Amino acid sequence: MGMTMTQKILAKHAGLDSVVAGQLIEADLDLVLGNDVTTPVAIHEMEKFNKKDVFDKEKIALVMDHFTPNKDIKSAEHCKCVREFSCANQIKNYFDVGEMGIEHALLPEKGLIVAGETCIGADSHTCTYGALGAFSTGVGSTDMAAGMATGKAWFKVPSAIKFNIVGEKAPWISGKDVILHIIGMIGVDGALYKSMEFVGEGIKNLTMDDRFTIANMAIEAGAKNGIFPVDELTEEYMKEASTKTWTKYEADADAEYDEEYTIDLSTLKPTVAFPHLPENTKTIDEVGDIKIDQVVIGSCTNGRISDMRIAAEIMKDKKVAKGLRVIIIPGTQKIYLQMIKEGLAEIFINAGAIVSTPTCGPCLGGHMGVMAAGEKCVSTTNRNFVGRMGHVDSEVYLASPAVAAASAITGKISCPCEIMN
Amino acid sequence: MKAFGTVHKYGDNVDTDVIIPARYLNSSDPAELAKSCMEDIDKDFVNRVKPGDIMVANKNFGCGSSREHAPIAIKASGISCVIAETFARIFYRNAINIGLPIIECPEAAQGIDAGDQVEIDFDSGMIYNKTKGTEFKGQAFPPFMQEIIKNEGLINYINNK
Repeated sequence: MGMTMTQKILAKHAGLDSVVAGQLIEADLDLVLGNDVTTPVAIHEMEKFNKKDVFDKEKIALVMDHFTPNKDIKSAEHCKCVREFSCANQIKNYFDVGEMGIEHALLPEKGLIVAGETCIGADSHTCTYGALGAFSTGVGSTDMAAGMATGKAWFKVPSAIKFNIVGEKAPWISGKDVILHIIGMIGVDGALYKSMEFVGEGIKNLTMDDRFTIANMAIEAGAKNGIFPVDELTEEYMKEASTKTWTKYEADADAEYDEEYTIDLSTLKPTVAFPHLPENTKTIDEVGDIKIDQVVIGSCTNGRISDMRIAAEIMKDKKVAKGLRVIIIPGTQKIYLQMIKEGLAEIFINAGAIVSTPTCGPCLGGHMGVMAAGEKCVSTTNRNFVGRMGHVDSEVYLASPAVAAASAITGKISCPCEIMN
Repeated sequence: MKAFGTVHKYGDNVDTDVIIPARYLNSSDPAELAKSCMEDIDKDFVNRVKPGDIMVANKNFGCGSSREHAPIAIKASGISCVIAETFARIFYRNAINIGLPIIECPEAAQGIDAGDQVEIDFDSGMIYNKTKGTEFKGQAFPPFMQEIIKNEGLINYINNK
């Protein structure tokens, strides 16, 4: 029986010729990731281990991104704990303020993960690297600790859902609209325990940033991972970012899928997920009149340079609606600098937005934009759960950078087509 | 191994942000996390919960963030087992890894209400609703999983192997 892309990567890393869905395997890991929230718990677990050394100091990445620059004393203590651990274990890829970015924007940019590799990360959005044709999945801190100590993790081989992407993107459509559309269609547990495999001729019309956004939110459909095949665009990206050698995997022609869907990019409309689940989607023409208090453009989902460019294109020479707070957060220092060089930061600031240093910050209600009761935010982040961005009575509407930027100008959830000719 | 207690019942898609809101993730101390467990979905939970109590929910329990703080908070609050129709995959792994017993059983999730007295036999996978006089067959815990739970988590289990 044929294997999916994911199954082939897992088989290779488990030293097996083939695997089938449901099989329990132990796989070698090429990268183990943690952040300032999850790593202290993992370090605490590692201290209980009889074996206290890390398996490979070059294959661990620790990124201080959630509550940094530290928002309070307790989070400063957490970062200190990770900093000391990194120093003691000579962790090569430790990223603190000044070097850090939002982990899932940072790691591909630094070339730390490439096609055909395996990665576990103690952060649910670790599935982002599937955009590069890697197997990567989120785990908890104990799995991270075991991964750091042994370089291995156990997996149940997932079955898969196939998404056949066709057509060219309709106006104002980005990766965010594609994945919100899919989650709206299959639900927040529509891909529970499974792989989401994206294939088809339409993939060439998705930029790398589109693909990162789509793979990033596979977890919001409950998936174990999301994965794209490697094409010229992927290879160009990896050549620029990394010195590692990569391996391309394609699904066998006779690979089995639990379900198959076709997504025609030309028929999609800008899509918004209403509170309090990513599956509560409406297309922009169904949204109605929703006045907002805050806009956030950033996060591991949409903090990349093309996200900043589209937002700036829409906000150029315009002013943020009176009474609205607009927070722009580039994903990494490199993206931040690029924004400044291209004049995007100036466009945002002139419009009346703020531009922040990279941080996960408001996405999880950490800092830099926490909301009060009754407030509404249009956000390019990934979750709109109860209390996600602050008070339990605040509301998050998930959307693309284009919709968020248009909404920043009008003060209500808006289609970019309303303000752009 | 057995568990017995009063049921706290929840619906679909209980996410880890409501189990333990991110504003409390500047701590990783189980007792401190337990003080805010379920705060954003059930403010009174921490006052009602007694050691041994059981949590029952519908589908996709524990979806969202990978924070291990979520099962840690539930366990430290005194909950002896979580039964759900289905669990989100990261929560599933995390719960076992820290030694919090969980059982997927759609029939039990449907047939148990808040306040019911429930007994669970982990060896057989049987779930007894003492209040309603009904019983459900959940999946038995394989021996290695019982060992992980007895050892209070994966790391101790690996150490003691």
